[in-house]
Amino acid sequence: MNLKVLDKRAIAPLVEALMDDYRVVGPQAKGSKFTFEAVTDPANLRFDYDTTILPPKKVLLPPQERLATFTLQEDLQVKTVLETEPTVLLGVHTCDLKAIQLLDEVFSKDFPDAQYLAQREQTILISLECLSPCDEHSFCKDMGTLTASEGSDIHLTEIDSAYIVDATTEAGEELLARYATVRDATEADMQKLNKELGAKWPKFNYQLDFETAKLPSMLEAAFEHPLWNDLGDRCLACGSCTNVCPTCYCFNVYDEVDMLLTKGTRSRNWDSCQLDEFARVAGGENFREARAARQRHRLMRKGKYIYEKFDELGCVGCGRCIRTCTAKISIVESFNTIHNGKK
Amino acid sequence: MEKSIYTPDMTRVIDIEELTSLEKLFTIKSPNGELGHEPGQFVMVSVLGVGEAPISISSSPSRSNGHFELCVRQVGNVTNALHAMQPGAKVGIRGPFGTGFPIEKMRGKDLLFAPGGLGLAPLRSLINQVVDERSSFGRVIILYGTKGPSDLLFRDELDEWVARDDIECLITVDRGDETWDGHVGVITTLFPEITINPRNTIAITCGPPIMYRFVLMELLGKGIPESQIYLSLERRMKCGVGKCGHCQIESLYCCQDGPVFNYAKIKGFEEAL
Ligand SMILES: Cc1cc2nc3c(=O)[nH]c(=O)nc-3n(C[C@H](O)[C@H](O)[C@H](O)COP(=O)(O)OP(=O)(O)OC[C@H]3O[C@@H](n4cnc5c(N)ncnc54)[C@H](O)[C@@H]3O)c2cc1C
Ligand code: SF4
Ligand code: SF4
Ligand code: FES
Repeated sequence: MNLKVLDKRAIAPLVEALMDDYRVVGPQAKGSKFTFEAVTDPANLRFDYDTTILPPKKVLLPPQERLATFTLQEDLQVKTVLETEPTVLLGVHTCDLKAIQLLDEVFSKDFPDAQYLAQREQTILISLECLSPCDEHSFCKDMGTLTASEGSDIHLTEIDSAYIVDATTEAGEELLARYATVRDATEADMQKLNKELGAKWPKFNYQLDFETAKLPSMLEAAFEHPLWNDLGDRCLACGSCTNVCPTCYCFNVYDEVDMLLTKGTRSRNWDSCQLDEFARVAGGENFREARAARQRHRLMRKGKYIYEKFDELGCVGCGRCIRTCTAKISIVESFNTIHNGKK
Repeated sequence: MEKSIYTPDMTRVIDIEELTSLEKLFTIKSPNGELGHEPGQFVMVSVLGVGEAPISISSSPSRSNGHFELCVRQVGNVTNALHAMQPGAKVGIRGPFGTGFPIEKMRGKDLLFAPGGLGLAPLRSLINQVVDERSSFGRVIILYGTKGPSDLLFRDELDEWVARDDIECLITVDRGDETWDGHVGVITTLFPEITINPRNTIAITCGPPIMYRFVLMELLGKGIPESQIYLSLERRMKCGVGKCGHCQIESLYCCQDGPVFNYAKIKGFEEAL
């Protein structure tokens, strides 16, 4: 479709209209930080947010999610739970968008995951072009996620007092036609768009000292690197880095029973490979007992293992794990250490 | 009803047999006709309200008859709850999952089974399949070791295997007692007792993590090629279908790429053994 223009003043009415039919989730302020939350007042939306504490994966893979309910009466029965809500996920930066594409792959490959896919099918993604870096920790330029030509239904790029609107799917076009007041982009709008996009790239810096195409083979050779022990000594095994990561999807499964022992639920919640018991089995054996081994596992997943299984790197360069780590462990520094240690 | 890979099929325990003080054998009605498993595969067993555990299918497809068997050691929440059950109780089953033993590649070959302890549970599925199609395999050698005589699983079948002319079954215990007049010593002490044609032998082993290194040394020491050794590995598992991440061995998923692995393919993985 041809590019359209959405005036900033038309955003609130658009969101208002969407809220009649959808749960609209978008970036909003929380103290000095931002989070993706369900919109109750369009005025609270902050398209100028830098980054969010948790990535938008929480809409598609909630921190806690019911998988099934069961009765414990006479004839035990299980029922699948698919909790979905028609959702518009608004203002997704392109790093997070790329991460959602990876999650789509993870949860549809081999054994499709009904819970994830049911919510995914009910979700319309509206992404937002970043025109300046969120802070010094992001390395989206290295990871190739500084922009995106696919993955969302509608893509927005700010030009002065308006947004250039690119509906890239049928669902996106329908949404625009139904809810939005837009006009066709003029030659002048296009010039502004080109200017903004041209100006943005130099504002972002490369942070890695090497090309990311080298990551898998570089990590392959670094299995015994001394860095892992250094990271293991510093890591507190708190699991924050994996919780905030848009591409981390590991989970735990657990049952809960009501007080009268008549019924219960089976749920999953986010788990972390950084926690001590993650790879422990009943005999007492822990296959990644040392924090060093667990740090290695996380970085190997990001730069090698996920790539081997899904053909995409497992890191989108959002920088969240660096921002959150009290031990000041940085994936950028770690990758650079491995690279520079052995030129 | 909506289909989900995480929703178990409910079925019933038909029979429960106490094998040792820690292990019981559960005969379970297959949820949908036949389970359709290959020896080496596992199921996720649910006790609703308690949780789920991966358990190897211990019976062979050749003896399935609408049900299958699980040999379960009592070690924690789910396995305790299973041990507390009576026949007729309901359990949930998902699967079968994972890779089985490559039985087609084994036809015509000599087979050397080396299970340690509870490692006999998954191997028994294959052993009984081989026993039931005995003429399509070469020699069948079973070297089985447990801690003590009271830990030996499947005593009746062991007796039968020992008694048969076409199976060479040697059994050892780490420590004997007054009832035991058999071999005493760890499983590796059985290897000098046998001679084999290594090029025509396929070895299959499963046991506690520390056992693999020593058993592998013996197998390789006999000249069996790495590509002719199969192992079944245990990892923590929460989904069984390659999603939850718990079972990863570096880039491999024990629940999908395993639990049966070819030694030549896995030996380069430092986290494997
Ligand atoms: C492919 C495969 C095949 C298997 N086949 C068999 C089989 O044929 N027979 C069999 O008996 N077993 C088998 N197992 C092992 C079996 O899955 C485990 O023994 C079982 O999952 C234990 O579950 P549980 O709920 O009873 O124990 P849990 O309650 O999960 O835990 C048991 C013990 O582990 C420790 N532990 C577990 N989780 C934690 C934690 N989060 N924090 C601290 N400590 C913890 C505790 O000390 C506890 O006592 C197999 C495993 C795999 C992966
Ligand atoms: S956030 Fe930092 S301290 Fe916490 S687990 Fe991750 S690396 Fe370790
Ligand atoms: S590893 Fe860190 S930088 Fe990479 S995607 Fe995850 S949170 Fe972002
Ligand atoms: S058990 Fe969940 S990924 Fe293998």
